[in-house]
Amino acid sequence: MKPVRRQPQRLRTIFAAPLAIAALSVVALVAALTGDGCRDALSWAGLTVPILTIGWAVYARRA
Amino acid sequence: MKTSSIRAWYLVHSWTSLVCTVFLLMLCVTGLPLIFSDEIDRLSGATEQFGMPGVGSSSNAAGLLPLDVMMAKALAARPGEVPLFMAFDNDQPSMTITTGPKPDAPGAQMTIQVFDRSTGKLLGKEDDRGVMRFLLTLHTDLFLGLPGMLFLGAMGVLFTAALVSGVVLYAPFMRKLAFGTLRTSRSARLAWLDTHNLLGIVALAWMTVVGVTGVINTLEKPINKLWQRNELAAMTRQYAGKEALPPSRYGSLDKAMAEARKALPGNNPQFIGFPGGNYSSKHHYAVFFQGNTPLTERLLTPALIDAETGAFTTARSMPWYNKSLSLSRPLHFGDYGGLPLKMLWAVLDIIAIVVLITGLYLWLGKRRASSTAHAREVETGGIVVPAE
Repeated sequence: MKPVRRQPQRLRTIFAAPLAIAALSVVALVAALTGDGCRDALSWAGLTVPILTIGWAVYARRA
Repeated sequence: MKTSSIRAWYLVHSWTSLVCTVFLLMLCVTGLPLIFSDEIDRLSGATEQFGMPGVGSSSNAAGLLPLDVMMAKALAARPGEVPLFMAFDNDQPSMTITTGPKPDAPGAQMTIQVFDRSTGKLLGKEDDRGVMRFLLTLHTDLFLGLPGMLFLGAMGVLFTAALVSGVVLYAPFMRKLAFGTLRTSRSARLAWLDTHNLLGIVALAWMTVVGVTGVINTLEKPINKLWQRNELAAMTRQYAGKEALPPSRYGSLDKAMAEARKALPGNNPQFIGFPGGNYSSKHHYAVFFQGNTPLTERLLTPALIDAETGAFTTARSMPWYNKSLSLSRPLHFGDYGGLPLKMLWAVLDIIAIVVLITGLYLWLGKRRASSTAHAREVETGGIVVPAE
């Protein structure tokens, strides 16, 4: 996929990934509040997603 | 989106950011070590030896000393002072007793002694010097008390506005770009722009939650005043107009605690607010109980006990504004999910610092360009660079 496209994208496409990451972050932030153990683990996993996304972009999207 | 509305959002984004950036940078930088303050305290302090390790001072386990005995020890060390707070720990027998010259003494005049409730030994005094305390005060109120706190709250509101306007600008900027695009080889400005956008959008939820809960935390004092004026006044209506109870007539704490436990069985007390302070009426011991599930542990319910007679007056859970304050603390500090969560908090904090610095750089680089030129840059996904 080339970084610059001719066709303008729809709003839904532009915000698909950001919304998914934001939703995961919020689930993660709340999960650890509601209990320990596997809820903590869920929150660690969820908050790793934004950080991994940056790593992925540096690896796969640099142009 | 029309160029004119992009221009308007660009102006909102740049001005709200510009006003708060310096303070936000300070908050992010001081906040970084504060995430780990428990760990740093533990490393710098000598490891404490408790008489009954692992037994919480908030429990009523056999072997823990009576509260009246602990209070007598604290007051013996501070002759002439009156009790203000007594706070408990769920994990260890340590507890703190706060005293001061008068029942409504301000924070600066308070002395906090740390005791082992299983041996009665004084473990130390809570210090208000030290690097961590300095960072915490700078982070909380810039050493300016309530006005400083509210000022930082206003900066947090601006930061939130900057996040919202940033998201709005993200849409036209990314119109022809794939998610995650990082054009690092074309120009320095384009590299900074893409970095600012990518880091800002992936950390958006975290930055919003930490920002908004930070703002709520700055309202701690007004929220508390509101609770005292509304809820507490309603709970102690039968005492309205009565003279304040002098400390010489305070009754047994153990009797009061037993009555409070009877009213809210199964829960552990977090602290007792003494008469005349910010957390009680002029006539009551306010025993603040934690809930008994992980979520409600942070939502406190005060049981009011007549400080003279030891009779139970009433207990009522806190109103929504105190509840949101209680839940805002962990969500701002990141101290509620073990060390891994703190480490993620630190990484996200550094990401926020990069967003702030790249934003500042982008503005400094083209600060003389017109807002229409900037709007064009957003609209074209950074292809058209604003002219000087």
